[in-house]
Amino acid sequence: MPAGPTQLEGHRVAQALNAALPGIATTATDEWVEVDHARVDEALRWLHDSDEFDAAQLSNLCGVDYHDHFAIVYHLQSLDRNHQVVVKARIADHEQPALPSSYPVYKGALLQEREVFDLMGVHFEGHPDLRRLFLWDGFPGHPLRKDFMGIGEGLTSGLSRFPFENKGNPDRLLNRDNVIQPDEQDVPSDWSGAAPA
Amino acid sequence: MTTSAEPYVLNIGPQHPSTHGVFRIRVVMDGERIQDLDMIVGYLHRSMEKLAEERTYTQNIPFTDRADYLAAMSGNLGLCLAAERLADVEVPERASYLRVIFAELQRIASHAMANGTLVSDAGAWQTPLLYMFREREKILDLFEMTCGARLTTNYMRIGGVAFEPPDEFWPALQELVDELPERISEYEELLTQNEIFVARTRGVGIITPEDAINGSLVGPALRGSGVPWDLRKAEPYCVYDRMDFDVPIGRTGDVYDRFMVRLAETRESVKILRQAIAGIPDGPHKTDIPLALRPEPGEVYGRVEGPRGELGFYLVSDGGPAPYRFHIRAPSLINLSLLREMARGAALSDAVVALGSIDIVVGEIDR
Repeated sequence: MPAGPTQLEGHRVAQALNAALPGIATTATDEWVEVDHARVDEALRWLHDSDEFDAAQLSNLCGVDYHDHFAIVYHLQSLDRNHQVVVKARIADHEQPALPSSYPVYKGALLQEREVFDLMGVHFEGHPDLRRLFLWDGFPGHPLRKDFMGIGEGLTSGLSRFPFENKGNPDRLLNRDNVIQPDEQDVPSDWSGAAPA
Repeated sequence: MTTSAEPYVLNIGPQHPSTHGVFRIRVVMDGERIQDLDMIVGYLHRSMEKLAEERTYTQNIPFTDRADYLAAMSGNLGLCLAAERLADVEVPERASYLRVIFAELQRIASHAMANGTLVSDAGAWQTPLLYMFREREKILDLFEMTCGARLTTNYMRIGGVAFEPPDEFWPALQELVDELPERISEYEELLTQNEIFVARTRGVGIITPEDAINGSLVGPALRGSGVPWDLRKAEPYCVYDRMDFDVPIGRTGDVYDRFMVRLAETRESVKILRQAIAGIPDGPHKTDIPLALRPEPGEVYGRVEGPRGELGFYLVSDGGPAPYRFHIRAPSLINLSLLREMARGAALSDAVVALGSIDIVVGEIDR
């Protein structure tokens, strides 16, 4: 799997986190560490203060909607040691997602958390100014959620089909299924093809 | 005799020359001083991140032009590097050199614009701005002859760049690189010792290094505060590890320092351009990739040092032709995290200059 050139191994971070704050890291892979979402502020505070990880800057914060749960992804940057720590918080509650704000640790979370709140509807408890950022206050719903104004049942955007990918493929008619082809049509036998008078 | 007045609310923007786009600020004023500030953005929100989930990786490249429309090349580069790392695509060496050349040209153009509008905000109405447009024009001409567009270039592709520059590109580039140092000296003479400009910018909008790091500031806004952090050095991409250049930093973190960092970075970009022109090898300018790139399920956070700082792309793939999640880490937006603290207690005219020194592009804030 691709990992950033300066990205720290998630297992290592998880071990250190669990040694200092027992039970906080729930899962880890080579790339990232997943922490208990209710204690994410503790984890970030510890990583920020720790000498070994020195996560001085929150370089990126964003959310991902996985249909049944949300993941909030924190990319933490150490400027002195030049490495990156990726922390994820998994929120199982898809209806009312909430987790503690990281603003007390990182002031740079101010606008990024507002953005996630606006577009995904994740509540950051303890954020000093949690309002919509881009959309107006009365906007219905949160557009970056996967269930926001999806395409109707059975229809796709057509992206999964690329007939031109394999040259020589006889089925090169793009979006063939979207129209009723002549051989499938039930044309009356007395119809000459001329427009009705 | 002192008089006191009730605080009043002043609305600036969304259409205002000092906000550099459709950016609105509501300030609570106590006389000449700012008590509180609230920024209202979203006038240019085009929901790129949502739209991107229905488009292939290549189809998403034009979005990056329109996010930061003053640095389209850097946006192209950031997305392509992230997608290449996600899909494990090799890039030919010539393409990497071409990318460096165009990214650095873009940095010079963008910094010229940033500094030009900053001095324009500080009261040097239009003259320096138009001086700096002179070089920017030549750079945009180079873009136009290569890819046909001046602003929304859509030049880089996953696996390389779209076109080989035409034959007349190289002499024109050489001519520009030769005259740029002289031009930069001209700006230094014109502005850096100018009494009014120094009075307007020295000691204004100071950001301490601790605040700058904690507030997620990046790029010239961070380096102006004296933090030597540049992704071209820290996490070299393309062929930056072969380039010899310095990272200029400021001393005090005021508006003047951020201005000077940008000016000095332009010189460093010229240095990089010289080395890139001398070192560019022959060879193909792109590799062939499938029409619909389907990366393995996984995620990547790719980033480049754009003119405004760390421009990141967080891509999540579910194995399909379109990204499952497409997030742009926009430096223009995140650099504004400290705007409220910076503006409190400052005079309105100073806040305008401080905002100008952060160098925002509203297309990137709103996306």
